[in-house]
Amino acid sequence: MSKRSAYLTQAVLQNILAWVASLMVIVPMVLIIINSFKADGETMAISAQLPKLWHPENFATVIEKGKLVRSFLNSLLYAGVSTVVTVLFGSMAAYIFSRRRSGFVSFLYMFVILGMVIPVNYVALTKVMQLTGLNNTSLGIILLYVAMQTPFTVFLIFGFVSKVPVELDEAAVLDGCSPLRLYFSIVMPLLKPALITASVLCFLNTWNEFTMPLYFLNTSEKWPMTLAIYNFFGQYEMSWNLICADVLLTCAPVIIMYLLCQRYIVGGQTAGAVKG
Amino acid sequence: MKKNIVYPWYFALVSVIIYGIFSVLPGLIGIGYSFTDWSAYSNELHFVGFKNFAEVFSGNSDYLRYIENTLLFTIVTTVFKTGLGLLFAIALSSKIKFQNFHRGVLYMPSVLPILVTGLTFTSILNPKMGFLNNFLRAIGLDALAMKWLVDPKIAFFSVMGVDIWRGTGYIMTMLIAGIAAIPKVYYEAGSIDGANGWQRFRYITLPMLKQTIAVTIVLNVLYGLKVFDIIYALTNGGPGHRTEVMYTAVFKMMSKGLYAEGTTISSVMFIFMVIIGFFMIKILTKDEVVE
Repeated sequence: MSKRSAYLTQAVLQNILAWVASLMVIVPMVLIIINSFKADGETMAISAQLPKLWHPENFATVIEKGKLVRSFLNSLLYAGVSTVVTVLFGSMAAYIFSRRRSGFVSFLYMFVILGMVIPVNYVALTKVMQLTGLNNTSLGIILLYVAMQTPFTVFLIFGFVSKVPVELDEAAVLDGCSPLRLYFSIVMPLLKPALITASVLCFLNTWNEFTMPLYFLNTSEKWPMTLAIYNFFGQYEMSWNLICADVLLTCAPVIIMYLLCQRYIVGGQTAGAVKG
Repeated sequence: MKKNIVYPWYFALVSVIIYGIFSVLPGLIGIGYSFTDWSAYSNELHFVGFKNFAEVFSGNSDYLRYIENTLLFTIVTTVFKTGLGLLFAIALSSKIKFQNFHRGVLYMPSVLPILVTGLTFTSILNPKMGFLNNFLRAIGLDALAMKWLVDPKIAFFSVMGVDIWRGTGYIMTMLIAGIAAIPKVYYEAGSIDGANGWQRFRYITLPMLKQTIAVTIVLNVLYGLKVFDIIYALTNGGPGHRTEVMYTAVFKMMSKGLYAEGTTISSVMFIFMVIIGFFMIKILTKDEVVE
Protein backbone atom coordinates (compact mmCIF):
# COMPACT_ATOMS: atom_id res chain seq x y z
CA MET A 1 0.00 0.00 0.00
CA SER A 2 2.73 2.48 0.94
CA LYS A 3 4.62 1.68 -2.22
CA ARG A 4 1.49 2.47 -4.18
CA SER A 5 0.95 5.79 -2.46
CA ALA A 6 4.58 6.70 -3.05
CA TYR A 7 4.07 5.92 -6.69
CA LEU A 8 0.95 8.06 -6.72
CA THR A 9 2.71 11.03 -5.08
CA GLN A 10 5.44 10.78 -7.64
CA ALA A 11 2.95 10.79 -10.52
CA VAL A 12 1.15 13.83 -9.09
CA LEU A 13 4.39 15.76 -8.62
CA GLN A 14 5.47 14.79 -12.09
CA ASN A 15 2.25 16.13 -13.61
CA ILE A 16 2.36 19.35 -11.60
CA LEU A 17 5.93 19.96 -12.70
CA ALA A 18 5.11 19.30 -16.35
CA TRP A 19 2.07 21.61 -16.33
CA VAL A 20 3.81 24.45 -14.50
CA ALA A 21 6.68 24.30 -16.99
CA SER A 22 4.39 24.09 -20.00
CA LEU A 23 2.21 26.95 -18.75
CA MET A 24 5.27 29.14 -18.33
CA VAL A 25 5.91 28.68 -22.03
CA ILE A 26 2.31 28.82 -23.20
CA VAL A 27 1.19 31.90 -21.26
CA PRO A 28 3.55 34.39 -22.96
CA MET A 29 2.58 32.96 -26.34
CA VAL A 30 -1.15 33.24 -25.65
CA LEU A 31 -0.60 36.78 -24.37
CA ILE A 32 1.02 37.74 -27.66
CA ILE A 33 -1.90 36.33 -29.63
CA ILE A 34 -4.51 38.10 -27.47
CA ASN A 35 -2.71 41.41 -27.52
CA SER A 36 -2.16 41.40 -31.25
CA PHE A 37 -5.94 41.88 -31.68
CA LYS A 38 -6.34 44.87 -29.37
CA ALA A 39 -7.07 48.47 -30.31
CA ASP A 40 -4.48 51.25 -30.28
CA GLY A 41 -4.14 52.70 -26.79
CA GLU A 42 -5.42 49.50 -25.20
CA THR A 43 -1.91 48.08 -25.06
CA MET A 44 0.70 50.10 -23.20
CA ALA A 45 2.10 46.69 -22.30
CA ILE A 46 1.18 43.07 -22.89
CA SER A 47 -1.67 42.16 -20.52
CA ALA A 48 -4.01 39.26 -19.86
CA GLN A 49 -7.25 41.17 -20.54
CA LEU A 50 -9.10 40.07 -23.63
CA PRO A 51 -9.55 42.78 -26.27
CA LYS A 52 -12.78 44.80 -25.97
CA LEU A 53 -13.14 44.52 -29.71
CA TRP A 54 -11.08 42.18 -31.86
CA HIS A 55 -9.00 44.04 -34.44
CA PRO A 56 -7.66 41.62 -37.04
CA GLU A 57 -6.82 44.63 -39.22
CA ASN A 58 -3.76 45.13 -36.97
CA PHE A 59 -2.01 42.55 -39.12
CA ALA A 60 -2.67 44.48 -42.32
CA THR A 61 -1.46 47.66 -40.61
CA VAL A 62 1.77 45.99 -39.51
CA ILE A 63 2.43 44.44 -42.89
CA GLU A 64 2.11 47.87 -44.46
CA LYS A 65 3.83 50.04 -41.80
CA GLY A 66 6.54 47.54 -41.00
CA LYS A 67 7.16 46.84 -44.71
CA LEU A 68 6.90 43.17 -43.89
CA VAL A 69 6.42 41.86 -47.41
CA ARG A 70 9.81 43.16 -48.43
CA SER A 71 11.59 41.92 -45.32
CA PHE A 72 9.82 38.57 -45.60
CA LEU A 73 11.16 38.18 -49.14
CA ASN A 74 14.62 39.27 -47.97
CA SER A 75 14.61 36.68 -45.19
CA LEU A 76 13.42 34.06 -47.63
CA LEU A 77 16.23 34.95 -50.05
CA TYR A 78 18.97 34.95 -47.40
CA ALA A 79 17.83 31.83 -45.59
CA GLY A 80 16.88 29.95 -48.76
CA VAL A 81 19.97 30.56 -50.85
CA SER A 82 22.42 30.18 -47.99
CA THR A 83 20.76 26.90 -46.97
CA VAL A 84 21.04 25.44 -50.47
CA VAL A 85 24.68 26.52 -50.86
CA THR A 86 25.67 25.40 -47.35
CA VAL A 87 24.06 21.98 -47.59
CA LEU A 88 25.14 21.26 -51.17
CA PHE A 89 28.82 22.10 -50.73
CA GLY A 90 28.88 21.13 -47.06
CA SER A 91 27.66 17.63 -47.85
CA MET A 92 30.29 17.26 -50.60
CA ALA A 93 32.97 18.29 -48.11
CA ALA A 94 31.60 15.98 -45.40
CA TYR A 95 31.61 13.09 -47.88
CA ILE A 96 35.28 13.63 -48.75
CA PHE A 97 36.25 14.13 -45.11
CA SER A 98 34.47 10.96 -44.07
CA ARG A 99 35.86 8.76 -46.86
CA ARG A 100 39.46 9.94 -46.67
CA ARG A 101 40.41 10.09 -43.03
CA SER A 102 44.10 10.74 -43.33
CA GLY A 103 46.72 13.43 -43.51
CA PHE A 104 45.79 16.77 -44.95
CA VAL A 105 42.11 15.93 -45.44
CA SER A 106 41.53 15.07 -41.79
CA PHE A 107 43.33 18.27 -40.86
CA LEU A 108 40.88 20.15 -43.11
CA TYR A 109 37.97 18.46 -41.32
CA MET A 110 39.26 19.60 -37.94
CA PHE A 111 39.84 23.07 -39.38
CA VAL A 112 36.23 23.28 -40.56
CA ILE A 113 34.52 21.94 -37.46
CA LEU A 114 36.62 24.20 -35.26
CA GLY A 115 34.21 26.79 -36.67
CA MET A 116 31.58 25.46 -34.26
CA VAL A 117 33.51 27.02 -31.38
CA ILE A 118 35.43 30.03 -32.69
CA PRO A 119 33.72 33.39 -32.18
CA VAL A 120 33.23 35.84 -35.03
CA ASN A 121 35.43 38.94 -34.92
CA TYR A 122 32.86 41.38 -36.32
CA VAL A 123 35.25 44.33 -36.27
CA ALA A 124 37.83 42.65 -38.46
CA LEU A 125 35.07 41.07 -40.53
CA THR A 126 34.00 44.60 -41.49
CA LYS A 127 37.43 45.06 -43.03
CA VAL A 128 37.06 41.82 -45.00
CA MET A 129 33.60 42.86 -46.18
CA GLN A 130 34.88 46.24 -47.35
CA LEU A 131 37.90 44.78 -49.13
CA THR A 132 35.75 42.26 -50.98
CA GLY A 133 33.14 44.91 -51.77
CA LEU A 134 30.44 42.83 -50.05
CA ASN A 135 29.48 45.27 -47.31
CA ASN A 136 25.77 46.13 -47.46
CA THR A 137 24.99 43.58 -50.19
CA SER A 138 22.62 40.62 -50.20
CA LEU A 139 25.38 38.42 -51.59
CA GLY A 140 27.57 39.38 -48.64
CA ILE A 141 24.96 38.35 -46.08
CA ILE A 142 24.38 35.06 -47.89
CA LEU A 143 28.10 34.26 -47.93
CA LEU A 144 28.37 35.13 -44.24
CA TYR A 145 25.53 32.76 -43.45
CA VAL A 146 27.15 30.01 -45.51
CA ALA A 147 30.40 30.51 -43.59
CA MET A 148 28.52 30.49 -40.28
CA GLN A 149 26.46 27.37 -40.95
CA THR A 150 29.09 25.28 -42.74
CA PRO A 151 30.89 23.85 -39.66
CA PHE A 152 27.81 22.35 -38.00
CA THR A 153 26.38 21.17 -41.33
CA VAL A 154 29.63 19.35 -42.20
CA PHE A 155 29.78 17.88 -38.69
CA LEU A 156 26.19 16.65 -38.88
CA ILE A 157 26.43 15.07 -42.34
CA PHE A 158 29.88 13.58 -41.65
CA GLY A 159 28.31 11.18 -39.16
CA PHE A 160 25.77 9.97 -41.70
CA VAL A 161 28.21 9.44 -44.59
CA SER A 162 29.96 6.62 -42.74
CA LYS A 163 26.68 4.69 -42.75
CA VAL A 164 26.65 4.60 -46.56
CA PRO A 165 28.61 1.41 -47.41
CA VAL A 166 31.93 1.97 -49.20
CA GLU A 167 31.19 -1.16 -51.27
CA LEU A 168 28.68 0.91 -53.24
CA ASP A 169 31.45 3.32 -54.23
CA GLU A 170 33.72 0.46 -55.24
CA ALA A 171 31.08 -1.14 -57.42
CA ALA A 172 30.31 2.18 -59.09
CA VAL A 173 33.97 2.89 -59.76
CA LEU A 174 34.41 -0.56 -61.33
CA ASP A 175 31.53 0.30 -63.64
CA GLY A 176 33.43 3.43 -64.70
CA CYS A 177 31.53 6.00 -62.70
CA SER A 178 33.17 9.44 -62.39
CA PRO A 179 33.70 10.97 -58.91
CA LEU A 180 31.03 13.63 -59.49
CA ARG A 181 28.48 11.11 -60.74
CA LEU A 182 29.33 8.72 -57.93
CA TYR A 183 28.47 11.40 -55.39
CA PHE A 184 25.43 12.93 -57.04
CA SER A 185 23.67 9.83 -58.32
CA ILE A 186 24.67 7.22 -55.76
CA VAL A 187 25.78 8.64 -52.41
CA MET A 188 23.75 11.84 -52.20
CA PRO A 189 20.33 10.18 -52.62
CA LEU A 190 21.19 7.88 -49.71
CA LEU A 191 22.00 10.88 -47.54
CA LYS A 192 18.54 12.39 -48.06
CA PRO A 193 17.35 12.22 -44.42
CA ALA A 194 20.57 13.88 -43.23
CA LEU A 195 20.34 16.53 -45.94
CA ILE A 196 16.75 17.36 -44.99
CA THR A 197 17.69 17.66 -41.32
CA ALA A 198 20.69 19.84 -42.13
CA SER A 199 18.57 22.05 -44.42
CA VAL A 200 15.80 22.56 -41.88
CA LEU A 201 18.25 23.52 -39.14
CA CYS A 202 20.22 25.76 -41.46
CA PHE A 203 17.06 27.53 -42.60
CA LEU A 204 15.77 28.07 -39.06
CA ASN A 205 19.11 29.40 -37.82
CA THR A 206 19.54 31.84 -40.69
CA TRP A 207 15.89 32.95 -40.55
CA ASN A 208 16.31 33.76 -36.84
CA GLU A 209 19.73 35.37 -37.20
CA PHE A 210 20.00 39.03 -36.33
CA THR A 211 23.61 40.04 -35.73
CA MET A 212 25.03 39.84 -39.26
CA PRO A 213 22.43 42.17 -40.84
CA LEU A 214 22.77 44.47 -37.81
CA TYR A 215 26.46 44.91 -38.59
CA PHE A 216 26.51 44.63 -42.36
CA LEU A 217 23.21 45.87 -43.84
CA ASN A 218 22.67 49.63 -43.62
CA THR A 219 19.82 50.17 -46.04
CA SER A 220 16.37 49.20 -44.77
CA GLU A 221 15.36 47.81 -48.18
CA LYS A 222 17.72 44.89 -47.55
CA TRP A 223 16.66 44.10 -43.98
CA PRO A 224 15.42 40.62 -43.05
CA MET A 225 12.44 40.19 -40.71
CA THR A 226 14.46 40.12 -37.48
CA LEU A 227 16.07 43.48 -38.15
CA ALA A 228 12.78 44.91 -39.44
CA ILE A 229 10.93 43.96 -36.24
CA TYR A 230 13.69 45.42 -34.10
CA ASN A 231 13.38 48.70 -35.96
CA PHE A 232 9.58 48.58 -35.77
CA PHE A 233 9.84 48.04 -32.03
CA GLY A 234 11.91 51.21 -31.75
CA GLN A 235 9.34 53.27 -33.69
CA TYR A 236 6.12 51.99 -32.11
CA GLU A 237 7.32 51.35 -28.58
CA MET A 238 3.91 52.01 -27.05
CA SER A 239 1.78 50.15 -29.60
CA TRP A 240 2.12 46.64 -28.26
CA ASN A 241 -0.87 45.53 -30.29
CA LEU A 242 1.12 46.18 -33.46
CA ILE A 243 4.35 44.81 -32.04
CA CYS A 244 2.57 41.60 -31.03
CA ALA A 245 1.10 41.28 -34.51
CA ASP A 246 4.60 41.78 -35.92
CA VAL A 247 6.00 39.17 -33.49
CA LEU A 248 3.39 36.67 -34.64
CA LEU A 249 4.07 37.27 -38.32
CA THR A 250 7.84 37.05 -37.80
CA CYS A 251 7.54 33.80 -35.86
CA ALA A 252 4.84 32.22 -38.04
CA PRO A 253 7.24 30.76 -40.63
CA VAL A 254 9.47 29.12 -38.01
CA ILE A 255 6.52 27.83 -36.02
CA ILE A 256 4.96 26.30 -39.15
CA MET A 257 8.31 24.81 -40.04
CA TYR A 258 8.70 23.47 -36.50
CA LEU A 259 5.28 21.80 -36.57
CA LEU A 260 5.91 20.26 -40.00
CA CYS A 261 9.52 19.19 -39.50
CA GLN A 262 9.65 18.54 -35.75
CA ARG A 263 11.09 15.10 -36.33
CA TYR A 264 13.99 16.42 -38.39
CA ILE A 265 14.74 19.36 -36.10
CA VAL A 266 14.78 17.36 -32.90
CA GLY A 267 16.56 14.46 -34.60
CA GLY A 268 19.29 16.68 -36.03
CA GLN A 269 19.93 18.67 -32.90
CA THR A 270 20.19 15.57 -30.78
CA ALA A 271 22.31 13.58 -33.24
CA GLY A 272 25.87 13.74 -32.10
CA ALA A 273 24.80 14.25 -28.51
CA VAL A 274 23.57 10.74 -28.04
CA LYS A 275 25.81 7.80 -28.57
CA GLY A 276 24.16 4.68 -27.23
CA MET B 1 40.53 1.89 -55.71
CA LYS B 2 42.62 5.04 -55.37
CA LYS B 3 41.06 7.22 -52.69
CA ASN B 4 42.59 10.45 -53.92
CA ILE B 5 41.05 9.94 -57.37
CA VAL B 6 37.64 8.63 -56.32
CA TYR B 7 37.29 11.20 -53.53
CA PRO B 8 38.95 14.32 -54.94
CA TRP B 9 39.86 16.98 -52.37
CA TYR B 10 38.35 19.76 -54.48
CA PHE B 11 34.90 18.56 -53.41
CA ALA B 12 35.62 20.37 -50.15
CA LEU B 13 36.99 23.48 -51.82
CA VAL B 14 33.93 25.76 -51.92
CA SER B 15 32.98 25.13 -48.28
CA VAL B 16 36.51 25.53 -47.02
CA ILE B 17 37.14 28.75 -48.96
CA ILE B 18 33.92 30.51 -47.92
CA TYR B 19 34.34 29.39 -44.33
CA GLY B 20 38.02 30.33 -44.32
CA ILE B 21 37.53 33.83 -45.72
CA PHE B 22 34.55 34.86 -43.59
CA SER B 23 35.13 32.98 -40.34
CA VAL B 24 38.81 32.26 -39.83
CA LEU B 25 40.47 35.12 -41.72
CA PRO B 26 38.73 37.89 -39.71
CA GLY B 27 39.82 36.15 -36.51
CA LEU B 28 43.44 36.10 -37.67
CA ILE B 29 43.70 39.62 -39.11
CA GLY B 30 41.77 40.80 -36.04
CA ILE B 31 44.69 39.63 -33.90
CA GLY B 32 47.01 41.65 -36.13
CA TYR B 33 44.86 44.77 -35.81
CA SER B 34 44.77 44.50 -32.04
CA PHE B 35 48.41 45.59 -32.01
CA THR B 36 47.51 48.87 -33.76
CA ASP B 37 45.61 52.07 -33.02
CA TRP B 38 42.98 51.34 -35.70
CA SER B 39 39.99 53.67 -35.37
CA ALA B 40 37.33 55.45 -37.39
CA TYR B 41 39.00 58.81 -36.82
CA SER B 42 42.28 58.33 -38.62
CA ASN B 43 43.37 56.74 -41.87
CA GLU B 44 46.82 56.02 -40.52
CA LEU B 45 47.66 52.85 -38.66
CA HIS B 46 50.36 52.76 -36.00
CA PHE B 47 51.87 49.79 -34.27
CA VAL B 48 51.26 50.11 -30.54
CA GLY B 49 52.47 46.74 -29.25
CA PHE B 50 50.54 45.28 -26.35
CA LYS B 51 48.95 48.59 -25.34
CA ASN B 52 45.40 47.47 -26.16
CA PHE B 53 45.77 44.18 -24.33
CA ALA B 54 47.26 45.96 -21.31
CA GLU B 55 44.23 48.23 -21.29
CA VAL B 56 41.80 45.33 -21.41
CA PHE B 57 43.46 43.50 -18.55
CA SER B 58 44.27 46.49 -16.36
CA GLY B 59 42.07 46.36 -13.28
CA ASN B 60 40.65 49.88 -13.62
CA SER B 61 39.08 49.44 -17.05
CA ASP B 62 35.51 48.33 -17.64
CA TYR B 63 36.58 45.63 -20.08
CA LEU B 64 37.48 43.21 -17.35
CA ARG B 65 33.98 43.58 -15.95
CA TYR B 66 32.45 42.69 -19.32
CA ILE B 67 34.57 39.55 -19.40
CA GLU B 68 33.48 38.70 -15.85
CA ASN B 69 29.84 39.28 -16.78
CA THR B 70 30.18 37.00 -19.79
CA LEU B 71 31.65 34.24 -17.63
CA LEU B 72 28.98 34.73 -14.94
CA PHE B 73 26.23 34.57 -17.56
CA THR B 74 27.76 31.42 -19.02
CA ILE B 75 28.10 29.64 -15.69
CA VAL B 76 24.67 30.54 -14.30
CA THR B 77 22.72 29.76 -17.48
CA THR B 78 24.63 26.52 -18.05
CA VAL B 79 23.96 25.30 -14.51
CA PHE B 80 20.26 26.14 -14.60
CA LYS B 81 19.59 24.91 -18.12
CA THR B 82 21.33 21.63 -17.39
CA GLY B 83 19.68 21.16 -13.98
CA LEU B 84 16.17 22.10 -15.05
CA GLY B 85 16.61 20.35 -18.38
CA LEU B 86 17.53 17.15 -16.56
CA LEU B 87 14.58 17.49 -14.18
CA PHE B 88 12.09 17.99 -17.03
CA ALA B 89 13.72 15.27 -19.13
CA ILE B 90 13.25 12.75 -16.33
CA ALA B 91 9.68 13.88 -15.65
CA LEU B 92 8.81 13.56 -19.33
CA SER B 93 10.65 10.30 -19.99
CA SER B 94 8.53 8.05 -17.83
CA LYS B 95 4.82 7.55 -18.42
CA ILE B 96 2.86 10.76 -18.16
CA LYS B 97 -0.33 12.06 -19.76
CA PHE B 98 0.15 14.47 -22.68
CA GLN B 99 3.82 13.51 -22.86
CA ASN B 100 4.33 14.67 -26.45
CA PHE B 101 2.37 17.85 -25.84
CA HIS B 102 4.62 18.85 -22.93
CA ARG B 103 7.77 17.96 -24.85
CA GLY B 104 6.66 19.92 -27.89
CA VAL B 105 5.65 22.98 -25.89
CA LEU B 106 8.85 23.11 -23.85
CA TYR B 107 11.00 22.85 -26.96
CA MET B 108 9.13 25.64 -28.74
CA PRO B 109 11.02 28.70 -27.37
CA SER B 110 14.29 27.45 -28.80
CA VAL B 111 13.06 27.61 -32.41
CA LEU B 112 11.86 31.22 -32.10
CA PRO B 113 14.13 34.13 -33.03
CA ILE B 114 16.06 35.00 -29.84
CA LEU B 115 15.67 38.69 -30.57
CA VAL B 116 11.87 38.40 -30.67
CA THR B 117 11.85 36.55 -27.34
CA GLY B 118 13.88 39.38 -25.86
CA LEU B 119 11.59 42.10 -27.22
CA THR B 120 8.51 40.32 -25.90
CA PHE B 121 9.97 40.03 -22.41
CA THR B 122 10.77 43.74 -22.23
CA SER B 123 7.01 44.19 -21.99
CA ILE B 124 6.29 41.21 -19.75
CA LEU B 125 8.97 42.37 -17.29
CA ASN B 126 7.94 46.05 -17.35
CA PRO B 127 7.87 47.16 -13.68
CA LYS B 128 4.63 49.18 -13.79
CA MET B 129 2.48 47.62 -16.48
CA GLY B 130 4.22 44.33 -17.18
CA PHE B 131 2.30 41.07 -17.06
CA LEU B 132 4.60 39.42 -14.53
CA ASN B 133 4.23 42.13 -11.90
CA ASN B 134 0.47 42.44 -12.50
CA PHE B 135 0.20 38.71 -12.01
CA LEU B 136 2.29 38.75 -8.82
CA ARG B 137 0.19 41.61 -7.39
CA ALA B 138 -3.02 39.82 -8.33
CA ILE B 139 -2.06 36.74 -6.32
CA GLY B 140 -0.92 38.84 -3.37
CA LEU B 141 2.83 38.53 -3.85
CA ASP B 142 3.40 42.28 -4.14
CA ALA B 143 6.78 41.97 -2.47
CA LEU B 144 8.06 39.89 -5.37
CA ALA B 145 7.03 42.46 -7.97
CA MET B 146 10.40 43.93 -8.80
CA LYS B 147 11.91 46.32 -11.32
CA TRP B 148 13.22 43.35 -13.23
CA LEU B 149 15.25 44.94 -16.01
CA VAL B 150 15.69 48.38 -14.45
CA ASP B 151 17.08 47.67 -10.99
CA PRO B 152 20.88 47.42 -11.39
CA LYS B 153 21.06 44.77 -8.68
CA ILE B 154 18.79 42.25 -10.35
CA ALA B 155 18.77 43.22 -14.04
CA PHE B 156 21.46 40.71 -14.98
CA PHE B 157 19.64 37.89 -13.20
CA SER B 158 16.41 38.81 -14.99
CA VAL B 159 18.25 38.59 -18.29
CA MET B 160 19.65 35.20 -17.33
CA GLY B 161 16.17 34.12 -16.26
CA VAL B 162 14.73 34.93 -19.67
CA ASP B 163 17.57 33.07 -21.34
CA ILE B 164 16.98 30.04 -19.12
CA TRP B 165 13.27 30.20 -20.06
CA ARG B 166 14.33 30.19 -23.70
CA GLY B 167 17.04 27.56 -23.66
CA THR B 168 16.00 24.87 -21.19
CA GLY B 169 13.64 23.05 -23.56
CA TYR B 170 16.43 22.48 -26.06
CA ILE B 171 18.68 20.91 -23.43
CA MET B 172 15.76 18.88 -22.11
CA THR B 173 15.12 17.49 -25.59
CA MET B 174 18.72 16.34 -25.97
CA LEU B 175 18.63 14.71 -22.55
CA ILE B 176 15.33 12.96 -23.37
CA ALA B 177 17.01 11.47 -26.43
CA GLY B 178 19.92 10.43 -24.22
CA ILE B 179 17.63 8.77 -21.68
CA ALA B 180 15.73 6.96 -24.45
CA ALA B 181 19.02 5.44 -25.63
CA ILE B 182 19.68 3.77 -22.26
CA PRO B 183 18.83 0.07 -22.62
CA LYS B 184 15.72 -0.87 -20.62
CA VAL B 185 17.36 -4.02 -19.20
CA TYR B 186 19.41 -1.91 -16.78
CA TYR B 187 16.23 -0.57 -15.20
CA GLU B 188 14.66 -4.02 -15.12
CA ALA B 189 17.73 -5.43 -13.41
CA GLY B 190 17.66 -2.45 -11.04
CA SER B 191 14.07 -2.99 -9.97
CA ILE B 192 14.64 -6.72 -9.48
CA ASP B 193 17.44 -5.79 -7.10
CA GLY B 194 15.01 -3.46 -5.34
CA ALA B 195 16.52 -0.13 -6.36
CA ASN B 196 14.22 2.84 -5.61
CA GLY B 197 13.63 5.80 -7.93
CA TRP B 198 16.54 7.83 -6.63
CA GLN B 199 18.94 4.88 -6.79
CA ARG B 200 17.90 4.10 -10.35
CA PHE B 201 18.58 7.73 -11.26
CA ARG B 202 21.86 7.94 -9.38
CA TYR B 203 23.36 4.59 -10.45
CA ILE B 204 21.83 3.99 -13.89
CA THR B 205 20.51 7.15 -15.56
CA LEU B 206 23.24 9.58 -14.50
CA PRO B 207 26.28 7.45 -15.40
CA MET B 208 24.72 6.45 -18.73
CA LEU B 209 23.92 10.09 -19.53
CA LYS B 210 27.44 11.35 -18.92
CA GLN B 211 28.31 11.84 -22.59
CA THR B 212 25.02 13.56 -23.44
CA ILE B 213 25.33 15.89 -20.45
CA ALA B 214 28.91 16.71 -21.48
CA VAL B 215 27.70 17.67 -24.95
CA THR B 216 24.89 19.86 -23.62
CA ILE B 217 27.33 21.60 -21.29
CA VAL B 218 29.66 22.31 -24.21
CA LEU B 219 26.77 23.74 -26.25
CA ASN B 220 25.59 25.89 -23.34
CA VAL B 221 29.07 27.22 -22.69
CA LEU B 222 29.59 28.05 -26.36
CA TYR B 223 26.26 29.85 -26.48
CA GLY B 224 26.93 31.71 -23.23
CA LEU B 225 30.34 33.02 -24.21
CA LYS B 226 28.98 34.35 -27.51
CA VAL B 227 25.67 35.67 -26.18
CA PHE B 228 24.43 38.85 -27.86
CA ASP B 229 20.84 38.90 -29.17
CA ILE B 230 18.97 38.34 -25.91
CA ILE B 231 20.93 41.00 -24.02
CA TYR B 232 20.82 43.47 -26.88
CA ALA B 233 17.03 43.16 -27.00
CA LEU B 234 16.37 43.16 -23.24
CA THR B 235 18.74 45.75 -21.78
CA ASN B 236 21.41 46.55 -24.37
CA GLY B 237 23.99 46.23 -21.62
CA GLY B 238 22.28 48.62 -19.19
CA PRO B 239 21.51 49.81 -16.60
CA GLY B 240 24.99 51.32 -16.26
CA HIS B 241 26.82 48.46 -18.01
CA ARG B 242 25.52 46.03 -15.38
CA THR B 243 24.46 43.52 -18.05
CA GLU B 244 27.24 44.30 -20.52
CA VAL B 245 28.90 41.22 -22.01
CA MET B 246 31.74 40.93 -24.50
CA TYR B 247 29.70 40.95 -27.69
CA THR B 248 27.45 43.87 -26.64
CA ALA B 249 30.59 45.79 -25.66
CA VAL B 250 32.20 45.01 -29.02
CA PHE B 251 29.09 46.27 -30.82
CA LYS B 252 29.21 49.55 -28.91
CA MET B 253 32.92 50.06 -29.56
CA MET B 254 32.30 49.35 -33.21
CA SER B 255 29.52 51.98 -33.36
CA LYS B 256 31.77 54.49 -31.63
CA GLY B 257 34.55 53.82 -34.13
CA LEU B 258 36.87 52.32 -31.50
CA TYR B 259 37.96 49.53 -33.80
CA ALA B 260 41.24 48.65 -32.06
CA GLU B 261 39.49 48.15 -28.70
CA GLY B 262 36.74 46.12 -30.34
CA THR B 263 39.10 43.85 -32.20
CA THR B 264 41.26 43.38 -29.10
CA ILE B 265 38.32 42.10 -27.02
CA SER B 266 37.29 39.87 -29.94
CA SER B 267 40.83 38.53 -30.25
CA VAL B 268 41.04 37.71 -26.55
CA MET B 269 37.85 35.72 -27.03
CA PHE B 270 39.13 34.16 -30.25
CA ILE B 271 42.38 32.90 -28.72
CA PHE B 272 40.66 31.72 -25.55
CA MET B 273 38.04 29.79 -27.50
CA VAL B 274 40.43 28.23 -29.99
CA ILE B 275 42.36 26.82 -27.02
CA ILE B 276 39.35 25.48 -25.11
CA GLY B 277 37.74 24.68 -28.46
CA PHE B 278 40.03 21.72 -29.05
CA PHE B 279 38.78 20.10 -25.87
CA MET B 280 35.19 20.94 -26.68
CA ILE B 281 35.49 19.48 -30.18
CA LYS B 282 36.95 16.35 -28.61
CA ILE B 283 33.84 15.99 -26.45
CA LEU B 284 31.52 16.71 -29.37
CA THR B 285 33.21 14.20 -31.68
CA LYS B 286 33.82 11.44 -29.16
CA ASP B 287 32.84 8.03 -30.62
CA GLU B 288 32.18 9.57 -33.99
CA VAL B 289 29.63 6.98 -35.12
CA VAL B 290 26.22 8.55 -34.75
CA GLU B 291 23.27 6.29 -34.11
